[in-house]
Amino acid sequence: MTPLLEARDVVKRYGDVQALQGVTLSVREGEFVSIIGPNGAGKTTLVNVLTGLLRPTSGRVTFRGQDVAGVGPVRLAELGMARSFQLVSVFPALTVAETLAVPALARLGRAGRFFASLSRDAAVAERVAEMAGLFGLADKLERPARTLAQGDKKLLDVASAFALRPEVILMDEPTSGVSTRDKTLIMETLVQAAKRLGVKAIVQVEHDMDIVFGYSDRIVALHQGRVLADAVPEVIRADDEVVATVLGKPR
Amino acid sequence: MTRLLALAGVLAAVAAVPFSGRDYYATLMLPFFAYSVALLGLNLLFGTTGLLSFGHALFVAVGGYTAAFLASALQIRSLEAMLLAAVTVAAIVALPVGWLCVRYVKIYFGMLTLAFGMLFYSFLYKFYALTGGDEGIPIGRPSLLGRGFGELDKTTYLIGPYYYYSLALAVVATLVMWRIVRSPLGLSLRAIRENADKAEYVGVRVRRYRFYAFVLAAVFGAAGGVLLVVPTGLAAPPLAYWTHSGNLVFMLLLGGFGHFFGPALGAFVFIFLQDQVMSVTEYWRFVFGAVLAAVVIFLPHGLMGVLTRRADA
Repeated sequence: MTPLLEARDVVKRYGDVQALQGVTLSVREGEFVSIIGPNGAGKTTLVNVLTGLLRPTSGRVTFRGQDVAGVGPVRLAELGMARSFQLVSVFPALTVAETLAVPALARLGRAGRFFASLSRDAAVAERVAEMAGLFGLADKLERPARTLAQGDKKLLDVASAFALRPEVILMDEPTSGVSTRDKTLIMETLVQAAKRLGVKAIVQVEHDMDIVFGYSDRIVALHQGRVLADAVPEVIRADDEVVATVLGKPR
Repeated sequence: MTRLLALAGVLAAVAAVPFSGRDYYATLMLPFFAYSVALLGLNLLFGTTGLLSFGHALFVAVGGYTAAFLASALQIRSLEAMLLAAVTVAAIVALPVGWLCVRYVKIYFGMLTLAFGMLFYSFLYKFYALTGGDEGIPIGRPSLLGRGFGELDKTTYLIGPYYYYSLALAVVATLVMWRIVRSPLGLSLRAIRENADKAEYVGVRVRRYRFYAFVLAAVFGAAGGVLLVVPTGLAAPPLAYWTHSGNLVFMLLLGGFGHFFGPALGAFVFIFLQDQVMSVTEYWRFVFGAVLAAVVIFLPHGLMGVLTRRADA
């Protein structure tokens, strides 16, 4: 099967620094792929290149065969890719319902209509209700985002990316900044949501190895801008080099 | 429901002013209507989208001058024609100006709009043949819905038919803006104000929608500008001067830009306060400076913030 998202020989240089030194990677339909590696391995740079935010110095990134180099976030969403960031990002004064309506409108191609009634838009209301239900925010629809607890903010942040109805979603540490108890809840929620919404693949950067090994179909270990290993969790766990450089301790 | 009743009450009171026998206060209401309309636009940019323009007077002046030009050079008397021409010209001017300005945010956006405002001010001074230079362009009494009201003296015209025409236009403009703010675009603009980076990642075309807001703001500014010049009978360069833009921003802060009706309240208080203070002292600007400082420090949500907090409590 042809991969959904593919990076081939991607090099990214910042001046003298080579953040990525020829990374090749593919994400196929139905996969949950985790990118791991020590700090400075190039994980975030790789996600930025994969999502078209950064142009690779050389090499190619394609989504469904289309070049995504430097496409910009709006076009990316139109192509069918969504992304969330490490730091929780919300619209502080907007309510949960309003926050989820923004991507729903964008997806329906109605975000620029200036003389239509938003409150009477049934299609948007339906999508908002669906998202809120999937992410456990249904009882908080009228709450401004800034008043939510940190875990709920994170869920809302991820939910707004899912509300774009992407085929592939890339998440930079989806569970960073939340309590250990909330981590599992967030992962369960988003895996379930992905299934229900028909998201075809998930790519995440993650530090928490319990989550990485608990959820991934495949793990890509980066080290100094290169792919050290790209395999199923069992193989990664048995790889002494990966264990030594990435995991830092024998498991 | 309470809100609707309050609005109806305010509207009835405003409609009753010409019957109070105090003609002077009725004439003071005319710039209030004009500024209310112009500020709807400015607040779409600032309160809704988060872009503070220091050059909104540019579009007020474009509106006023377009109306006066039509009256003087083309002998067109119809106020409807003037309004239509003014909003069209303003939208055309806003295309290149907005296209450039929305590439910047925060203080850079503010300074760029200020610069364009001053550019237009200089243009008004220098292109005498077109603009009348420092003398400006006089504008006679326009006809309203085809009626000239030649039988009325000027004050009767202004506080009679013109008063209600302005009031009706302000109400219509307010309803239109109410709809815009509650439209999908309105929500997208608020998302941009709250977090432009995130907005982009959830599919909002940030720069394009800022541009839409800019053009819409210009249109409301120009409509307000037309209403503003009719009572004074003159379109003159101070309309475009940066202090005029400053006054508009002052009105927003005074009334509270976070509330839909804040700007209108700000315009009302500004006009009547200015009138009172000017009759007492020639140092009215000093007083206004102090008021502005006090508003920013003690009433960050403006007078509307005080009113609505009382109502909620």
